Amino acid sequence: MPKLTVDGIEVEVAPGSTVLQAIEAAGKEVPRFCYHERLSIAGNCRMCLVEIRPGPPKPAASCAMPAGDNMEVLTASPMTQKARKGVMEFLLINHPLDCPICDQGGECDLQDQALFYGADTSRFEENKRAVPDKDMGPLIKTTMTRCIHCTRCIRFAEEVAGVPTIGAIGRSEHLEITTLEHAVASELSGNVIDLCPVGALTSKPYAFNARPWELRKTEGIDVFDALGANIRIDSRGPEVLRILPRLNEEVNEEWLGDKSRFAHDGLRRQRLDRPYVRRKGRLHSASWGEAFAAIRSRLEGRSGLDIGAIVGDQADAEAMMALKDLMKALGAPNLDCRQDGTAAIPSQRASYLFNSTVQGIEEADVLLLIGSNPRWESPVLNARIRKRWLAGGMQIGMIGERHDLGYRYDHLGEGGQTLRGVAAGRNRFCAALKSASRPMLILGTGPLSRPDGAAVLAATQRIAELNGLIREDWNGFNVLNRAASRVGGLDLGFVPGEGGTDTAGMLSGAVDTLFLLGADEMDLSGLGDAFVIYQGHHGDAGAARADVILPGAAYTEKSGTWVNLEGRVQRSERATFPPGEAREDWAILRALSDVLEKPLAYDSLSALRARLGRTNPVFDTRDDVAPAQWHRTAPTGRIDDTPFASPISNYYMTDPISRASETMAVCTETFLAAEARNG
Amino acid sequence: MLSDRDRIFTNLYGEHDWTLKGARARGDWDGTADLIAKGREWLVEEVKASGLRGRGGAGFPTGLKWSFMPKQSDGRPAYLVVNADEGEPGTCKDRDMMRWDPHKLVEGCLVACAAMGAGAAYIYVRGEFYNEARHLQHAIDEAYEAGLIGRNACGSGIDCDIFVHRGAGAYICGEETALIESLEGKKGQPRLKPPFPAMAGLYGCPTTVNNVETIAVVPTILRRGASWFSGFGRSNNTGTKVFCISGHVDRPCNVEEAMSIPMRELIEKHAGGVRGGWDNLKAVIPGGSSTPILPKSICDEVLMDFDALRDVQSGLGTAAVIVMDRSTDVVRAIARLARFYAHESCGQCTPCREGTGWMMRVMERMASGRARVEEIDMLLDVSKEIEGHTICAHGDGSAWPIQGLIRHFRHEMEDRILTHRTRAAAA
Repeated sequence: MPKLTVDGIEVEVAPGSTVLQAIEAAGKEVPRFCYHERLSIAGNCRMCLVEIRPGPPKPAASCAMPAGDNMEVLTASPMTQKARKGVMEFLLINHPLDCPICDQGGECDLQDQALFYGADTSRFEENKRAVPDKDMGPLIKTTMTRCIHCTRCIRFAEEVAGVPTIGAIGRSEHLEITTLEHAVASELSGNVIDLCPVGALTSKPYAFNARPWELRKTEGIDVFDALGANIRIDSRGPEVLRILPRLNEEVNEEWLGDKSRFAHDGLRRQRLDRPYVRRKGRLHSASWGEAFAAIRSRLEGRSGLDIGAIVGDQADAEAMMALKDLMKALGAPNLDCRQDGTAAIPSQRASYLFNSTVQGIEEADVLLLIGSNPRWESPVLNARIRKRWLAGGMQIGMIGERHDLGYRYDHLGEGGQTLRGVAAGRNRFCAALKSASRPMLILGTGPLSRPDGAAVLAATQRIAELNGLIREDWNGFNVLNRAASRVGGLDLGFVPGEGGTDTAGMLSGAVDTLFLLGADEMDLSGLGDAFVIYQGHHGDAGAARADVILPGAAYTEKSGTWVNLEGRVQRSERATFPPGEAREDWAILRALSDVLEKPLAYDSLSALRARLGRTNPVFDTRDDVAPAQWHRTAPTGRIDDTPFASPISNYYMTDPISRASETMAVCTETFLAAEARNG
Repeated sequence: MLSDRDRIFTNLYGEHDWTLKGARARGDWDGTADLIAKGREWLVEEVKASGLRGRGGAGFPTGLKWSFMPKQSDGRPAYLVVNADEGEPGTCKDRDMMRWDPHKLVEGCLVACAAMGAGAAYIYVRGEFYNEARHLQHAIDEAYEAGLIGRNACGSGIDCDIFVHRGAGAYICGEETALIESLEGKKGQPRLKPPFPAMAGLYGCPTTVNNVETIAVVPTILRRGASWFSGFGRSNNTGTKVFCISGHVDRPCNVEEAMSIPMRELIEKHAGGVRGGWDNLKAVIPGGSSTPILPKSICDEVLMDFDALRDVQSGLGTAAVIVMDRSTDVVRAIARLARFYAHESCGQCTPCREGTGWMMRVMERMASGRARVEEIDMLLDVSKEIEGHTICAHGDGSAWPIQGLIRHFRHEMEDRILTHRTRAAAA
């Protein structure tokens, strides 16, 4: 533990700390541009220079200098001040004075630090450098004249995203950051916009939309995958203008996937902003009263056994709870929160959770991926696996389709046959699992949603048990859920009740009245002439088939609870109001229950949340993960030999919002369609 | 004057056979195995005792540098890297050593590897030195053939491989860590220090980077004894040194001389003197383009060694003496150097990337007088904002020539500006 002084303040820091960390520990500020906690140290901006005694008569880059015993760090000495002032002057001489037309204005590191450390006038009388802009794809807008060459984008792409497509060419003042006119083909590319300390890389879809001080900032939870990344929703008036990641070390660190960041323009298109009722085969707009009346007349006298409900992938726990209670009041046991038919054992929480936790990935030393493409199913989680892999000493095996995941893995086989081999202890990878100190496996939802899903689940649980993945202080069994609503739905028991049927049964004619809560990812052709009530926010597949449409709220338009794949209960706040006559989902269900004369026992969100907590105590926790109890399993059923297929064919379009998004359409064209055409 | 029998480089002018046969005749590869047999410690101590300081410019004590290498390997191999990327304007000594005495370098590599426990040496040759790299490779091939290097080199029991790697002509790749990056196949940009190469250098392994001349003189020093070498020059500035004399002299040349020889004696004895006589001298850049220029008044008396030149706010550098007579436009000359340093900046860190271009532009205006007198002080201030604030010494090297110019020739810069203003006003 080196002990040193910073401006006379004594601090003790962990071994291996840098001087910059020591200065921060002493409560002092260090200006910096290139340094970033999550990237390798470049030391090239020179803004963090400080005087260190004893040492040579020149300042040292505090970001790169290891803190040593008895160092005397001076952050306000004339030497330090001269260095900062000089570096700031150099950064500014070739930086354009275009702050008034720069999208970074108001949240620009250079602007802020120039205010504190810069001179009031310029001595530079030469012509400023101009740099041609680069094409980095549909998401990243470039104004390369503003670039200060901190190389954060290069380091992010190479280290975190695992796509070395951003680099620097040339030298001296002609050094340029470039992708050689290629779009940055990573699902995490948008993060370079956050990382860029100046306005060189800005958001293309957000270009010239707003100034940061005009925006209302709301803390939210991302629903485009099951990770539950923490986000900040920036809105102005009725519109969500952008979405940024929020720091949460345990979930998303400070990264966000491109779909989660950019698909919000889909919130403005294809919206259901008023109720509809189908008459003579055509949907007609209606009042809430007319819509509810149509539902009431359909349900009157109908047996609960003929009524079913399926919830979609983005539903909040409150809406699911209200729908479950309503169905129970109607005597309907046909409930399911798994529109893809994923196998799970609802009574055993550990069978559907990511038990090792996301942060636990960093402790693991052997990983077996089964039927999953984490790069598409949760890009931020995949970055965590890559981070662990880069740290060295991690062995990764994979069963399923080959994908470029950003790390090297041992491809063990394509599907069921290999999984059976591992379960029987006949695979070479079993030895690795057995001898590991923290072995883990990740099971994708692709294999689980096949007809033999239950057998796959049982076999995988068996693998975990037989190879030492389940220990007192460690659970290496992980399901990589894709739907943000899934764990919450299972936790509150939105599954078939006694005598009830599941999604597959409901879709093949077991019910004649079906309630869809934002469920659009199913084949509805087997429904025959069943009466469909669709409650949701987008005119997608479900709404097209519906007989009654109840316009609900998208995730940014309601205060809601989501449980992420680890079982972490997180709350999102409302950033904007739902458009037109659309309402928050639980409130719609509460109003409908009155019309149906089965009033729900709560009139407020807080009462509904108390009801959630009574249903499952986990809902009384917040932002925390408790280990789930493991139940021994016995293998059941036969696993088919067919290869495991990925459930996602296009990362950029997986749900009603991203399908309505123009940005995601351009991404699909750029990253997938163009690639497919060119082979 | 250094006598011929005390010269280390006996074929500096290519008058004799440079291949193995000729090298052996001149005493190279004589008893190399016996030297190695004396052990690592003896080798390092002997080099320390000789007072040899790095010949690549910075003048760091060589024996001390070698002693930083781990005594016990932690499993990683250790490497010797020879910096043959001789790019400092005015310097052309390594080139002739590789061209006409390559075996001195090859033998030096073996001995240095033995002294540091290194298993391989990489010689990074400047890309433009095509024929020099060929000669060197030929010498290495001969040495392998004769069993002098490779497995059980010279029968000493140690293994030593030597590889030649040709650079691509970037000046910055002569900076030791940029050279290592380039050798690894990356972009030639200096690394942050610490860690120093002795801890984590080439491929993350302990590495020592030495100049060609530093390595090439070692076998002779060991054969003739540390005290023989330390007998030349003043204390702390010992040995012989190859000086490169260019510019306005009658006979530009490379010449090996004792350290601490007076500059005037060096120029007059070996280069035929300043064109038009000593009194026609205007200034000298004593150690390659990055060392500050010295006016005649200092040149009259100054000795050519590390400490003497440091005391007059310049440096020995690579001992490349650039002589300028009274016909020289020193402002224009330094402006040209500023252009060189701006062009060769790697662009990695801010002060050098932005500052060298700024200084270049101001210097170019200064050279034609299109400037204001106050700008001289601004230029000096800018140079000091670069100096000491960069990752590598390129920033210092680009600032020093300008600081030297302002220190000694400010009056000439002011005259130029005033003349230009008067002319412009008249027009």
